[in-house]
Amino acid sequence: MSDQEVMITMKDVNKWYGDFHVLKDVNLNIKKGEKVVICGPSGSGKSTTIRCLNHLEKFQEGSININGTELIEDVKVVRHIRSQVGMVFQHFNLFPHLSVLENLLIAPTWVHKKPRKEAIETAMYYLERVKIAEQAHKYPNQLSGGQQQRVAIARCLCINPEIMLFDEPTSALDPEMVSEVLDVMVELADEGITMICVTHEMGFAKKVADRVVFMDAGQVIEENEPNEFFDNPQSDRLKLFLEQILSH
Amino acid sequence: MATYTMKEAKPAPTTNKGVVFWLRENLFPDVKNTLLTLAGLYILYAIIPPLLNWMIFDATWTGSKDEVVNSGARWIFIVEKFDQFMYGFYPEALHWRPNLVGILSLVLIFGFKYIGSVKLKIATIILFPIICFVLISGGWFGLEVVETEKWGGLMLTILVAAVGIVASFPIGVVLALGRQSNMPILRTLCIGFIEFVRGVPLITILFMASVLLPLFFHDGIEFNKLLRALIGITLFQAAYIAEVIRGGLQAIPKGQYEASEALGLTYWQGMILIILPQALKISIPNLVGSFISLFKDTTLVLIIGLFDILAMVTLTNSDTNWLGYEVEGYVFVTLIYWVCCFSMSQYSKSIERKFNTEH
Repeated sequence: MSDQEVMITMKDVNKWYGDFHVLKDVNLNIKKGEKVVICGPSGSGKSTTIRCLNHLEKFQEGSININGTELIEDVKVVRHIRSQVGMVFQHFNLFPHLSVLENLLIAPTWVHKKPRKEAIETAMYYLERVKIAEQAHKYPNQLSGGQQQRVAIARCLCINPEIMLFDEPTSALDPEMVSEVLDVMVELADEGITMICVTHEMGFAKKVADRVVFMDAGQVIEENEPNEFFDNPQSDRLKLFLEQILSH
Repeated sequence: MATYTMKEAKPAPTTNKGVVFWLRENLFPDVKNTLLTLAGLYILYAIIPPLLNWMIFDATWTGSKDEVVNSGARWIFIVEKFDQFMYGFYPEALHWRPNLVGILSLVLIFGFKYIGSVKLKIATIILFPIICFVLISGGWFGLEVVETEKWGGLMLTILVAAVGIVASFPIGVVLALGRQSNMPILRTLCIGFIEFVRGVPLITILFMASVLLPLFFHDGIEFNKLLRALIGITLFQAAYIAEVIRGGLQAIPKGQYEASEALGLTYWQGMILIILPQALKISIPNLVGSFISLFKDTTLVLIIGLFDILAMVTLTNSDTNWLGYEVEGYVFVTLIYWVCCFSMSQYSKSIERKFNTEH
């Protein structure tokens, strides 16, 4: 693996909330264009891990390198990294006081300083892509959960990110809306963007992921390509976890 | 050809709507409630007709004070002193200037939303107070200077309230943000200021502004009395605004901060574009409540020798030609205050409706 190909390197990352050790020596290397699914029981540190990547969470030890930039606590560095990393949240976090279109224009016009006209064209293109262009002038609260999450994905795409982080994107959705969001994510995966996705959707992991990472109690327990991961788990902890989530 | 026969009409169901039903249900359901209703009606009967008689039917509206024959209110007092109630000692020939400011303000309040571009809006917000100040105080463009000692009446009340509201708002926002800041010194300063100001009555602050402020400056500098009062009121109001806005800021979900950070917005971009618009929107009812209090509190400026509308009424009552007209004067002032405060609360409701993006 040459340096050129590496997109994300996490090296011995440790994080504490007070005395509570949330991340223990997390090491993760992700290549450009790779799709990685992180799973694990709740409280295992999966969300915290990906939130460290765009500095929504600070870490105390170790190092993170994103697309050649060392993540340090410096406003400019953090902004530079965030401008390449899109994040989709569990609860969408659209801006309720702005229309769907305005939600998509904020980052391109204010962070990337694109002319408004160009930004609108890009925004409409991505709204088309997530099949929601006709709702452009509605407000987020007028849309269903699935539609809101698709808008949130489009909002990230508008900044043309190198990396997309998904933090349990379907967990807050009604069951019948999960597939419309997953469909968009599968399409996205086909385009070669680097994706890291925290999810419990094992079907999605099997279909899309190049690699599945299992975390428990703040540590990476096991990582493997999906077939091996699901059919031939090594650790007892993963075996138990897979039994629990696949038993239904 | 089929034949149709009219069906026998059914008796109407027992009425469950209409005036009679409503009366029976709400006012006369049983003996106890009937008695209470009757008592209530009697109280209304005892108050309303005499009040209407005094205020309207038996009132004297025109003529001179020596010709009054009716037993009701002698509104001629108000008519006679109307200009003083409105403008204080502002020269009569120049009343058109505050009038023009009033008309411009109304145009701005109702027309602001029709201004298209953001730049024009900002320009208006900055220029408008300057235009108002120049119009009222004069001294430029050949306008005759009117010293602040001559300002008074409703004009002064509205002016003090308006300056207090407009100037305290940005300070309040900054204080609210400062109170949430990660920087310990800034946070401590903001908390200290807010808690100090909220812990003392407005009247103390006005006294301090009028007595203490001049001590900080050398003898030569004459510090305008009105300006001192305005500074005091603005700082006082800013502390309350800060707390109202802090309440709004705390109601914004953490996800909104995270989303704006994750998109790469800076602190100020995130605050101005994402957080504050939402926080201010949910603060509108409390902000307006605070503004209404301020409007009524402005009357305290009379203790440092400024003549707002209430002080003008008290003053005109000591006119030896017009002794004994207190009731008319105070009823009039009450109505003025009520109209102003009620308008503010209605205006706030219309703003709330405008910003509602739920449906």
